[in-house]
Amino acid sequence: MKFTVTVTLKKDVLDPQGKVVLNTLQNLGMDNLKSIRQGKYFEIDMNDIDEEKAKKKVDDMCKKLLANMIIEDYKVNKI
Amino acid sequence: MKITNQVVEKHGLNLEEYSNIKKFLKREPNLLELGIFSAMWNEHCSYKSSRRHLKNLPTKGKQVIQGPGENAGVIDIGDDDAIIFKIESHNHPSYIEPYQGAATGVGGILRDVFTMGARPIALLNSIHFGSPEHFKTKSLLNGVVSGIGGYGNCIGIPTVAGETKFNKTYNENILVNAMAVGHAKKDKIFYSKAKGVNKSVVYVGSKTGRDGIHGASMASAEFDENSEEKKPTVQVGDPFTEKLLMEACLELMKDNSIISIQDMGAAGLTSSSVEMASKGDLGIEIHLDKVPCREENMTPYEMMLSESQERMLIILEDGKEKHAKEIFKKWDLDFVIIGKTTDTNKLTLKYNGKIEGEIPLDALASKAPVYDRKWVKKKLIKSKFDFKKLKKIKIEDALIKILSSANHSNKNWITNQYDQMVMCDTAQKSGADSAVIRIHDKEKAIAVAVDSSANYCKAHPLTGGKQIVCENWRNLISVGAKPIAITNCLNFGNPEDPKIMGEFAECLIGIKESCEFLNYPVVSGNVSFYNGTNKKNISPTPVIGGVGLIQKLEKPMDHLFKKKNSDVLLIGKTFGHLEQSVFLEEVHYILDGRPPEINLVNERNNGETVLEIIKKDLVNSVHDVSNGGLIVALAEMSMGSDFGIKIKKPKNLTNLYKYFFGEDQSRYILEVDKNNLERVEKILKNNNIFYDNIGLTQNDYFEIEDELKIDIKKLYKINNQWYNNY
Amino acid sequence: MNSSVIVFPGSNCDRDIAVALEKMQFKNQMVWHKESKLPKSDLIVVPGGFSYGDYLRSGAIAGKSLIINEVIKAADKGCLILGICNGFQILTETGLLKGVLLRNKNLRFINKDVNIKIINNETKFSNKYKKNQILKINIAHNEGNYFTNSNHLKILNNENLIAFKYCDKNGNINEDSNPNGSLENIAGIFNSKKNILGMMPHPERMMDNLISNTDGANLFLSLLK
Repeated sequence: MKFTVTVTLKKDVLDPQGKVVLNTLQNLGMDNLKSIRQGKYFEIDMNDIDEEKAKKKVDDMCKKLLANMIIEDYKVNKI
Repeated sequence: MKITNQVVEKHGLNLEEYSNIKKFLKREPNLLELGIFSAMWNEHCSYKSSRRHLKNLPTKGKQVIQGPGENAGVIDIGDDDAIIFKIESHNHPSYIEPYQGAATGVGGILRDVFTMGARPIALLNSIHFGSPEHFKTKSLLNGVVSGIGGYGNCIGIPTVAGETKFNKTYNENILVNAMAVGHAKKDKIFYSKAKGVNKSVVYVGSKTGRDGIHGASMASAEFDENSEEKKPTVQVGDPFTEKLLMEACLELMKDNSIISIQDMGAAGLTSSSVEMASKGDLGIEIHLDKVPCREENMTPYEMMLSESQERMLIILEDGKEKHAKEIFKKWDLDFVIIGKTTDTNKLTLKYNGKIEGEIPLDALASKAPVYDRKWVKKKLIKSKFDFKKLKKIKIEDALIKILSSANHSNKNWITNQYDQMVMCDTAQKSGADSAVIRIHDKEKAIAVAVDSSANYCKAHPLTGGKQIVCENWRNLISVGAKPIAITNCLNFGNPEDPKIMGEFAECLIGIKESCEFLNYPVVSGNVSFYNGTNKKNISPTPVIGGVGLIQKLEKPMDHLFKKKNSDVLLIGKTFGHLEQSVFLEEVHYILDGRPPEINLVNERNNGETVLEIIKKDLVNSVHDVSNGGLIVALAEMSMGSDFGIKIKKPKNLTNLYKYFFGEDQSRYILEVDKNNLERVEKILKNNNIFYDNIGLTQNDYFEIEDELKIDIKKLYKINNQWYNNY
Repeated sequence: MNSSVIVFPGSNCDRDIAVALEKMQFKNQMVWHKESKLPKSDLIVVPGGFSYGDYLRSGAIAGKSLIINEVIKAADKGCLILGICNGFQILTETGLLKGVLLRNKNLRFINKDVNIKIINNETKFSNKYKKNQILKINIAHNEGNYFTNSNHLKILNNENLIAFKYCDKNGNINEDSNPNGSLENIAGIFNSKKNILGMMPHPERMMDNLISNTDGANLFLSLLK
């Protein structure tokens, strides 16, 4: 059972990297850009059969390690 | 929003303070105004509990250009050179988010220094964690170290010295103190005091977001179970933008465009605008709709209290706006005129033309509350332990236990994560008694060191306060520098508790005594109260950062043995003071009794004499004797060197443990060539210095006659193992 | 000899390299990244630091700057190019040098003095050193772990394009003397024409006995020859 996890900075938290990437893309002539936020992406393959249980485990992983809950949010998707 | 008692308390103000606010305003404040009062009147900005005591510190001296009260202290190091430096705490944010907390701590202290016109040339830190076994310690430690490195490395200022300590007193409240040292031309120092009416007030740097709203209030309140809720207020550091801001500010400072400049640190736009205007006895008007914002729909309240990093407020001379704007544009930074100075003596905040808040500035600054908090003296405790009943342990085993402990093991694994060499003027890095930084393009250098002794300060705050200043003084002397001035970061518990307030008051008395006697003034500093959780206060931990001058840097002096067959002299008297020692703490798990006493006359004589000997180039290496006593100091001189020592059995003191592990103060060890011995002894005798010839350096072994013999490579390995096994 | 040092926002070893070049009598100019023209230069240095904060990937953003096009043109014409640390990372991002610099094996920033061995001393950058000479030199980086595909690695070896390798003080090149996990202990490489050198260690930090040593000086002296 496969899941993807996307970790992004919380809405109001400054993203210095996103800011620099945005400026650079604008300088390269890509216009109409409003904002860019950078994040992390994980693919997780689990041996579980029960989807709900597995999802809960992934959730736990995010909270405990993958995301820094103080400044980051995460999204879990089953694929 | 109606201002209820609950709203007032949520802003960290008590009801008496609130009624004073109403008196000053002659009406009820609105929420924006209440927020501003709360930011300016909290402990962090107002120093309301500490001010009465800080007043007593010696802050003047022949070489002091600017003492406390500015962004940082300024000292004169001769010619047209000035050194600007300060230490500051970032304890609470670092406990919540260690990486960002530590990083923004470094960023904040750097701004304090370059705001005044200095190019930062060195970073130092003093970081204190709970016991290594505590479940939070490891991640806090790794986070803080990476945060300090992440910021300093990126901005390109060498992190050259520091201390890392572990003690269960910090289990729930770590300490992260960062110090920055900068170099400026004496006639190019910039202050925060505004001058002239109708001058442009300019906002430069990063945009304002909702970061750290009420961070300064957070730093002034104890943690409780709910501190998790305060998390979203942690700021994110952007060292890249700070580098740009620093270069832009230093570029603008080359001519006479700036009247005054202030960084937006704690309480952001509020404290910077209030400070500039009130120091200049002026008013200030800010148009909040012009503030560059990162987020949509930010309210005036959020803008005034945001602690977004990497921002500055500048008051410009007439007609310099265009020139200044071009510089900031070059560096891709926001530059917006957001207001002007006025003659109203008020802070006036407008949004879309409408006045949103107006407060008399004296109410926020000079009339902010000052408390004469109750405090009680600490009695000297008589030790209860009986030396004869201590478990028997071999000297070798005790030494190994100390050298392999978390507190006394080698911290290279930390300092190797910091760029110590960038700027190419670091003549001596971490690991020595002090770091030595050459003044760029000059022959002279400064020495810098930070020190603290929480155990001593806990046992007897007055003696402890006295001791750390001396210890810091000794560290500078040991590298051949003449100590000039200090900055202090005073980390204490809850000042509303008379015992804690007593620790504070007495530590300051101790600091004052030493500083006065040694002519070692305090030029800047920071107070951090409310360190503790649920009424468990941390041990008093004043941290001293000292700066000394080396007039002509010919060869940096350090503590490693250089040759074999040199005589090793111990300067200063050994009484065998074991109470509060590392030996008892690490080997016998006893923390008891009083800290070692300091005789300031001996301290000064010993120090000045050692400095004279170093200046005459008569010694190969020098080390001060501190935590762990003589044996640890000698082991430190051997580890990492190719040479060890053969120590003679002591003649007078019969108890070897007291002799080797006693922490008597004001002592140094000198390694002296046979050829120079006579001259050194003559100086010592002329100056009436007590000394003892304790042994000879030798190849490969650390040895005490008839007692122990260890290969120094093995000793080095033992000393470097702790983190690998952690 | 005329040299130019490219300054990006976030470069922080630009002053250090300028001091070193001037000490060795180069006529040096600083070139801001927004410039569209290079001054006449025999040597272009891309200095160390954290250009653009090392955001996205170290060197990636600087690799897209205006001035870099000019650097590429100059390189094609045979101008000597030296990339140090972040400068090396930038040169790999632009494709002037092949391979990538991955994160250090221990996932930490490393600053310390290490030893490197001169592998090829027959280039414009290294002719004043002896072959197999061992230098003590400072490194300071997060991403210094050089990696390249096996084809390119073969070329590096066959065409003698490896400039330096990490070693211990006796010259042993092995895992223990590899500070960052670099492939075959590689610390610096040349392009095939040998007019471009990228290196992680900082020669500009080794120019003064009072601060460190003078092991970096011969690199600049080689260029002057």
